[in-house]
Amino acid sequence: MLTLDFGFLTPAVVSSYVLKGFVFSLQLTLIAMLGGIALGTVLALMRLSSKSWLTLPAAAYVNTMRSIPLVMVILWFFLLIPLIIGRPLGAEMSAIITFTLFEAAYYSEIMRAGIQSIPRGQVAAGYALGMRYGQTMRLIVLPQAFRNMLPVLLTQTIILFQDTSLVYAIGAYDLLKGFEVAGKNFNRPVETYLVAAVLYFITSFSLSMLVRKLQQRIAIIR
Amino acid sequence: MPMIEMKNVSKWYGAFQVLTECSTQVEKGEVIVVCGPSGSGKSTLIKCVNGLEPFQQGEVRVNGISVGDPKTDLPKLRAHVGMVFQHFELFPHMSITENLAIAQVKVLGRGKDEARERGLKLLDRVGLRSQADKFPGQLSGGQQQRVAIARALSMDPICMLFDEPTSALDPEMINEVLDVMVELAQEGMTMMVVTHEMGFARKVAHRVVFMDQGRIVEDDKKEAFFGSPRSERAQQFLSKILHH
Repeated sequence: MLTLDFGFLTPAVVSSYVLKGFVFSLQLTLIAMLGGIALGTVLALMRLSSKSWLTLPAAAYVNTMRSIPLVMVILWFFLLIPLIIGRPLGAEMSAIITFTLFEAAYYSEIMRAGIQSIPRGQVAAGYALGMRYGQTMRLIVLPQAFRNMLPVLLTQTIILFQDTSLVYAIGAYDLLKGFEVAGKNFNRPVETYLVAAVLYFITSFSLSMLVRKLQQRIAIIR
Repeated sequence: MPMIEMKNVSKWYGAFQVLTECSTQVEKGEVIVVCGPSGSGKSTLIKCVNGLEPFQQGEVRVNGISVGDPKTDLPKLRAHVGMVFQHFELFPHMSITENLAIAQVKVLGRGKDEARERGLKLLDRVGLRSQADKFPGQLSGGQQQRVAIARALSMDPICMLFDEPTSALDPEMINEVLDVMVELAQEGMTMMVVTHEMGFARKVAHRVVFMDQGRIVEDDKKEAFFGSPRSERAQQFLSKILHH
């Protein structure tokens, strides 16, 4: 019979083992989300342009990233970049860059659908008022596309948060790693992995609640 | 020099020719109505005027500036050519005041307060001052179209293009929009209007252009057009839309 004992998980233990990892996981999620959406939006605009020298590289990038397992991208980036730049990048920095580049491919598909959901007449109206391409996109199309896609963007971010646990492949110190180390040191791996799962659940679930609130606040009145 | 001048404009979608050698002009202060059966190329023609639709042959000049010339700064030209669309195309994520101010600020470089003031004045003019802080989705179709006209006017246009401004409206809202347009016409605005509203044409148009299958079939003074259109096609069309 399995007996669970959580007594060793005192606040002191949690803050010394887990907190640092949790902060990094959130940091990684936030940076990869912001960077990924920014880069993804650029990729989406490239793919929707009429010029093949813009669409082709963007399509190639997105399709490549979406065809390779994330853990392999993490690993390859971590191993290859030091060879290219001649010095190690550090697991954490490497993870941040990899996730941003990788997630951009997924966010770009979401933004592409969002941009295509905006009626062409909106673009025509922007142009007819004398706006240039950049202004029409920035002021008219993207704000609406972003609002329409907010639930999907957020769902992707929740997946991203869960995927950050894959940085174990390169030994970055994230939420899961914190629990793993604590589990090993106190010889209580079952308990620590359980608590880790609960913490992932709470974080993901609060994120989705937050999204719902946000969505109500910025919804477009139609 | 005419305000709008079109010379032998032809346009193809792939192999399909939508416009065939269309020529007409609109003098300063003139109001012309473009009518014709659906699919005759009216909307395409009016969108060639401000370059929203590219064309392959011919020439369009607005206030002397060639629209088809790749060297022309189209956004700069469009900033002073007002356009009103069939489906209003207000920006749904902005309040009415923001809709009126955005292009004034971002395109003309006016200050925010000035743009807001001008916007409110124009809302007054179209009778919608009380709706200033609402969003487009909270307004009726007729109100939205009046806001759209005010938005176009906020740019101090040298001429106005209307692309079927009343055809997406419920019947009881058509007049509130036409009233605003009649007023504009009577103030001397240069207008090119694609519409089936022949009452409007009779009241304020100087000339009527009739299109069929991508060609301008008839281009007459209003009196001549309603008196005795020369082409059989125009006669048929008129008898259909006037006696129903």
